[in-house]
Amino acid sequence: MSQPLLEIENLQTHFFTDRGQIPAVDGVSIRVNKGEVVGIVGESGCGKSVTSLSVMRLVPNPPGKIVGGSIRFKGEELVAASEKRMRELRGNEIAMIFQEPMTSLNPVYTIGDQIGEVIRLHTGATKKEARQRSIDMLKKVGIPRAEAIVDEYPHQLSGGMRQRVMIAMAMACNPELLIADEPTTALDVTIQAQILDLMRQLNRESETAIMLITHDLGVVAEMCHRVVVMYAGNVVEEGDVRSILKEPKHPYTIGLLHSLPKLEGARKRLYSIPGNVPIPGSLTVGCRFAPRCEHATDRCRTEMPELRPAGPNRRTRCWLYD
Amino acid sequence: MAETHVETVRVQQPDEPVSSPWRDAWRTLRKNRMAIAGFVIIFVFVLLALLAPYITPYAYDKGELIDKNKPPSAEHWFGTDYNGRDVFTRVIYGAQISLRVGLFSVIGSVIAGTFLGLLAGYYGRWVDMIISRLFDIMLAFPSILLAIAIVAMLGPSLENALLAIAIVNIPTYGRLVRSRVLSLKEEEFVMAAKAIGSKNSRIILQHILPNSLAPIIVTGTLGIATAILEAAALGFLGLGAQPPQPEWGLMLSDSRQYIQKAPWTVIFPGLSIMLTVLGFNLIGDGLRDALDPRMKH
Repeated sequence: MSQPLLEIENLQTHFFTDRGQIPAVDGVSIRVNKGEVVGIVGESGCGKSVTSLSVMRLVPNPPGKIVGGSIRFKGEELVAASEKRMRELRGNEIAMIFQEPMTSLNPVYTIGDQIGEVIRLHTGATKKEARQRSIDMLKKVGIPRAEAIVDEYPHQLSGGMRQRVMIAMAMACNPELLIADEPTTALDVTIQAQILDLMRQLNRESETAIMLITHDLGVVAEMCHRVVVMYAGNVVEEGDVRSILKEPKHPYTIGLLHSLPKLEGARKRLYSIPGNVPIPGSLTVGCRFAPRCEHATDRCRTEMPELRPAGPNRRTRCWLYD
Repeated sequence: MAETHVETVRVQQPDEPVSSPWRDAWRTLRKNRMAIAGFVIIFVFVLLALLAPYITPYAYDKGELIDKNKPPSAEHWFGTDYNGRDVFTRVIYGAQISLRVGLFSVIGSVIAGTFLGLLAGYYGRWVDMIISRLFDIMLAFPSILLAIAIVAMLGPSLENALLAIAIVNIPTYGRLVRSRVLSLKEEEFVMAAKAIGSKNSRIILQHILPNSLAPIIVTGTLGIATAILEAAALGFLGLGAQPPQPEWGLMLSDSRQYIQKAPWTVIFPGLSIMLTVLGFNLIGDGLRDALDPRMKH
């Protein structure tokens, strides 16, 4: 296999607060290959967003800090990279789109100014060239009347349109990796489908790898090649989408899939995993999921399982498959 | 992507100019009668101040003693003072002084305050610590006392009064900007700007500053009124403009012993102070209504 585009290894991002050191991301390893769409799923607070911000080196510091592990992008170590080098990469080779399209655009600038900013920052294009390329990008992301929209302000656009603008901004410099942090969570269902279509199309056309952070397994099924399931700052299961969705192994993944409403069959109360995600750092021994797991044994409560191979191209962190 | 047209976009009327946040604010402001009244008052004073040499045949610093303390008449619209100088002439030349002091002292404190506020708010930690404590110390004194102390140190003159007023008002703008920056820093568009590789300086100047302008403009406009009052107070105390400069506060203190015999020498400068302050306050309130983000759609 060729060199992966992004290789996160044993990443540890901790937050230093008044209540002590909180390990929000505690030993996460994720690989993203060229042109691949990798989904990262998990409940709120399991470290998905912090992982993605760590890749961009945008974890707010203080209180957050990457305390261990490595992040290699095309073989280059990012954890130790200078701020200047990171600025060159951000927006140019690694781009990011956020959850809230309503607030991700600066209200005082026109759409064209904002897309143009990325282009001028990384290519040294003139104002005029940047404007033309902004219009091209807007067309590419399916915005009608691109020539007029380019001069409008964010408040004149709907949420779906703004998210398209964000994608246009992210894709303006043809990044090799796009990190999308719940890009469709704030949008309604029809617009969600359009945005996902658009991202899939861009992934195919420009071979941009996408790290898609979501808690929506439907989105994962539709978009991703591979999926990484995170729980309490750890990866608990990973593998290709088809086999994980069809045959989940880790009890947490099974629970997540069970919690989805089904179209056929009798209507019952929707299943939910009992309990909540533990406060990061509150569990120090044993499997993090043990308190909520129906299969938990004494071993689970005292010893942390490793992420081990469980079938072709799959890994699971659970003693049940030992 | 054929179905994109279903997304709602506000239809732009053909004759309507592209709506920008500033243009929207202007539209709101135009409808505000009180603000327009404020603009008219200030416009009249600006006009009088600029055209003073052409409006009045008298000099502000020369009078005929024979004409002293004359009541308002056709020759002397606002009467004359104890030196026989034309009060109207002195009032409109005084407008030059007051407007200049108000405007420049506010520009000075806004620039310094904004700079310090941006630094304190954006960089936080020890930078914030030093700047904020400095503001706290300055705010621990009543502003007029601090201004008096500064003028006493530099020596009484109009320029030093202007400088003193500018200095004592720095914390007002500094704190305002700092609090704006603290909330803007958490906005997603700032994170988005970082995510496209913008430098700190660029984020501060291009993203945070323009979004802080509205409250700065509002407070600054109201601040002009305060500065004019402070200049008048310093003038009254003899620490600002020096005779024979026709500064309104100085005119008040100069003529106060004649308040019974020649009340016009006190009424007109007093009225001018009141009107300009009122004018700037009306404009400021109008701007606040027009620029308040909570009133936006």
